[in-house]
Amino acid sequence: MTLELRNVAKDYTVRGKVTRALDGVDLEVRRGEFVCVVGASGSGKSTLLSLVAGLSRPTEGEIVLDGVPVTGPGPDRGLVFQAGALYPWRSVEKNVAFGLELLAIDPAERAERVNWYLAETGLDGVRKSLPKQLSGGQKQRVAIARALACEPEVLLLDEPFGALDVQTKEDMQVLIRQVWADTGTTVLMVTHDVEEAVFLGGRVVVLASDPGRIAADVEVALPAERDLAVKREPDFLALRARIEDLVREQHRGHVSRVAAVE
Amino acid sequence: MTGPTQRTTPASAADERAAEALEAEQRLAEEHEAGRGRPAWGPLPRRSAPKAASPLLSLRTPISVSARWTLAVLSFAIPLLAWVVLSFSGAVDSTFLPSPAAVLKAGLDMAGTGELFDDLWATTQRVLEGFGLAVLVSVPLGILMGTFTAGQAFFEPLIGLLRYLPASAFIPLLIIWLGIGEPSKVAMLFMGTVFFNTLMTADVVRGVPSSLIDVSYTLGARRGEVLRKIVVPHSLPGMIDAIRVNAAAAWNFVVVAELINASAGLGYRIARAQRFLQTDRIFAVLVVIGVAGLVIDVLLSKLRTRVGKWAA
Repeated sequence: MTLELRNVAKDYTVRGKVTRALDGVDLEVRRGEFVCVVGASGSGKSTLLSLVAGLSRPTEGEIVLDGVPVTGPGPDRGLVFQAGALYPWRSVEKNVAFGLELLAIDPAERAERVNWYLAETGLDGVRKSLPKQLSGGQKQRVAIARALACEPEVLLLDEPFGALDVQTKEDMQVLIRQVWADTGTTVLMVTHDVEEAVFLGGRVVVLASDPGRIAADVEVALPAERDLAVKREPDFLALRARIEDLVREQHRGHVSRVAAVE
Repeated sequence: MTGPTQRTTPASAADERAAEALEAEQRLAEEHEAGRGRPAWGPLPRRSAPKAASPLLSLRTPISVSARWTLAVLSFAIPLLAWVVLSFSGAVDSTFLPSPAAVLKAGLDMAGTGELFDDLWATTQRVLEGFGLAVLVSVPLGILMGTFTAGQAFFEPLIGLLRYLPASAFIPLLIIWLGIGEPSKVAMLFMGTVFFNTLMTADVVRGVPSSLIDVSYTLGARRGEVLRKIVVPHSLPGMIDAIRVNAAAAWNFVVVAELINASAGLGYRIARAQRFLQTDRIFAVLVVIGVAGLVIDVLLSKLRTRVGKWAA
């Protein structure tokens, strides 16, 4: 599996004014990779993900998954929103089962698959609960399990832990690393948290702002087996600082451009 | 204490550094206190502490169960008491305001001959037909308007206009078109409720978060599946709310329709009693209308609670 973005650009028209959100983005994600995209506000991070998900079309360029151009959303690219976007009337297990219910598979096998993903994401105890009864971290687990149950070629994560408290966020980071290792899935994740990006990613892509372009593509030279302790290692801290500087530079540029416009 | 002697002895380098740090800290504290970073405004005026209020008069504060019940009982008891006082004191002629006892007796009389139940059933039947038809039309139409921008663009202008035409003004026209029988009454009820229920349903449907629709596509759902499995279940509680509001309107319209021309029904019973100046009967029928409306409302509200359990 390879996901390729070839010279992708995206314009938005707001009140007659055309704004370019992304420009000339070339990116390749290979099977099994964990790629994190970081960038300041205005860098078009979420736009990038929504283009890959097929929820909007690029103005220029194309997105190709395994040689086939992306023309719309599909279960081969599972998306997890920051707010989870769970179905509030469905229990946890029914949320996870949603994508499978649309397919002609044996109900027993469906249940078996749902059970595996519930166990994998630590949701066994709340399988009958409604989303409103869950904590923020649990909701994101459901969203992740629901997307993974469709066995997507690539899992797209749009700041999935952005609204969580620090401890829960770290739990989720460990969880998603584990799930990534267990399922062998490919992950493309957008975040504004550089530490998170370095901890999770095998590669960190830094986006420039106004319009969003790729400013840097940094290999994370850390062991594949990582636990939270790695966040204190000198290698980690150095890489984190380097990427933070890149992001900060873009952010300052964005702020001064916004001020100039106003 | 050897303090004084110690202070005069030459301090070590570490002590010196500590002293400097302390001084710097003090300087910073003084500057902070003086607030050098901002203009020298005078102090802000202080307001006196607000008076403590009882829960009954506090904003959004729960009240005790007994207080709740007392207020509920009072809300009926006060008008009832006023009624009793006005009618028994003779301040108002009993032709205009019959006593509660007279109203009860008139009600029992009508119930005894069975005509009250026939009327209630005739009215209920019209509501079921007219409003039922309106729901059957307005729910799909509202879903169409709430999900397809094209549907919205096509129906909204017309329905937005039609809803301001008072249904009761159509009674003469409907009688010319459909005669004085049942169809004109059912049609009037339909007209009075269908447009509102359509627009309210469309609003509810438009409230389905886009993220839920988007995420369903990424999970492999097709358009029809998104409508059936996402839009409809998410909108269901809101649709029942709309039906509940418009059921009350339907209940109003049916009585209006029956006042004009009917041979049975609660409105007809009122019109007939008016002809013979039987205000006690009018009051009795009004009570029945109120109670029947309340029963419908409670039933729909229970259904709403049951269906909308998932809503936070």
